[in-house]
Amino acid sequence: MNNAKEIIAKNVFFLSAVASAVMILAIFGFMIALGIPLFKAGNFLAIWTGPWAPHEGLYGIWPMISGTLWIALLATALCLPLSLGTSFVITSLGSPRLCKMLGTLVRFMTGIPTVIYGFVGIFLLVPLVREGIGGPGMCVLTAGMVLAILISPTMILFFTNSLLSVDVSYVQAAKALGANRVQRLLYVMVPRATGGMAAGIILALGRALGDTLIALMLAGNAIQAPHALLEPARTLTAHIALVKAADFDSLEFRSIFVCGIVLYLFATAATVAVRLILRKREVPT
Amino acid sequence: MQELMEKLAVFLSWTMTLVLCLCLFIFLSYLLIKGLPSLGAELIFGKAEPLRVLLGHDRVFDGIFPAMIGTFFLVILSAMLALPVGVCSGIYLAEYANPGMKKLFGGLFDILAGIPSIVIGLFGFSLSIFLHNHFSDRFGPCLLISSLSLAVLVIPYIVRSTQMSLEELPSNIRRTALALGATRLQNIAYVLIPNALSGISSGLFLAIGRCAEDTAVILLTGVVAMAGVPSSLLSQYEALPFYIYYISSQYSNPAELSNGYGACLVLLGICAVLFMFAYGLKKHLSYRMLYRV
Repeated sequence: MNNAKEIIAKNVFFLSAVASAVMILAIFGFMIALGIPLFKAGNFLAIWTGPWAPHEGLYGIWPMISGTLWIALLATALCLPLSLGTSFVITSLGSPRLCKMLGTLVRFMTGIPTVIYGFVGIFLLVPLVREGIGGPGMCVLTAGMVLAILISPTMILFFTNSLLSVDVSYVQAAKALGANRVQRLLYVMVPRATGGMAAGIILALGRALGDTLIALMLAGNAIQAPHALLEPARTLTAHIALVKAADFDSLEFRSIFVCGIVLYLFATAATVAVRLILRKREVPT
Repeated sequence: MQELMEKLAVFLSWTMTLVLCLCLFIFLSYLLIKGLPSLGAELIFGKAEPLRVLLGHDRVFDGIFPAMIGTFFLVILSAMLALPVGVCSGIYLAEYANPGMKKLFGGLFDILAGIPSIVIGLFGFSLSIFLHNHFSDRFGPCLLISSLSLAVLVIPYIVRSTQMSLEELPSNIRRTALALGATRLQNIAYVLIPNALSGISSGLFLAIGRCAEDTAVILLTGVVAMAGVPSSLLSQYEALPFYIYYISSQYSNPAELSNGYGACLVLLGICAVLFMFAYGLKKHLSYRMLYRV
């Protein structure tokens, strides 16, 4: 009797793990299946690199891919110095009390809903950019700046963790040789934590690529590949959110599944890259 | 020269930290200045009588009550769907899986955790269309589909927190009951799970916070601007984050806009409390849960 229970329990546990793992494949399968009509209808290459001109029957998602890359890379580039500086202060430069406060602040930031960043961005930052720098206000720059703040806790926590998990004996050896706090940080901890820090950057980039609301609310959503920071852009995520299901069989509608596939592949590539880096370095995070 | 570089590094670090704190300070104080005046019963219930609304006699047309109820249902349903599956998967990974399986499933859950929420929303949306075409016309984007999609979104959090808090238990706790003759299942149910409870509930709070704040998933799976309190699992509904998004582009007068700020504060309050709860319960663990890849 007890034995049967054991076996049932084991199988239930196993099946739930399988069920949740199958979800990942199911999501991908659904998107492929629903995107097929678009692949069949046109030139396979044109879907990825061609222009978006529904009236001429062209449904290339290149403008969206380009918009996504512009905004995500800008956000990561802006976020990197902020996160480096903050994680340096948390791990080495600040007093214990300040570090604790900053740590709490960063963790609080992980809990701020995305839509609120977007809301404040629209009413505070967009007018500032429009009047201060020019352009329409809703542009790559605005979205990139807000997104940088949004992804900064991810990067900071990852940086802090990899810096702090550097073997204490190295740090103490440097201390014994007379290195001060800054030197220990710059010449001992940072070089040994590069793997973990690279993982943090990729992870933050992944979040930036996958974020919907900021770009949707702040980037202007024009379907054109941006060429400058002050031009509006539409990301893959915003494209998915904006295409309305007026006609389920239209090719325009099918294009959102291609966008979904691209996003899925971006995210998976980021995850795999992070896993590979961390495995090599064996950084406990 | 080197000394100069070191000084510069220190200076830049402090500047960057200051910039970040300043951004956050401006963000929060702007929200507070704009939002605090609108906080109050009128924000939630509009012009309706609170008691009559709570008893279900009146409908609220100009407050965020229906959105709050929608978010509440959404969170409860998703947690009910994600919790059993997530905890069971976590138990399997921590207690039964061999190293190879652990690696395989760990990788798959990491991928799932990294998938953008809009893609999961798209999945829910296609699911609703699939159900509509093949089973019944009554299916469409609705509360149930949204909760299902949100459950998929947060399952990785629960799996990881369960797995890690179980794996973290020291071997003296792990082995005592077994040595006294308990079976593996008894050991899990009566010893390991109770000891890992704070970690598991930490994951649950994180998951709930994620459900409450996510907008992209519900955007595609059935949230609408004016639905009132949802009457069934298959009906459309309102939600707080969507209300904020909707107001930001569709507000028609200053009063609505100020309601939007109020709604931001309410949502921020809910999420901040949930996340701080999660971190408070198990500080070290949550770091790893969110960012272990």
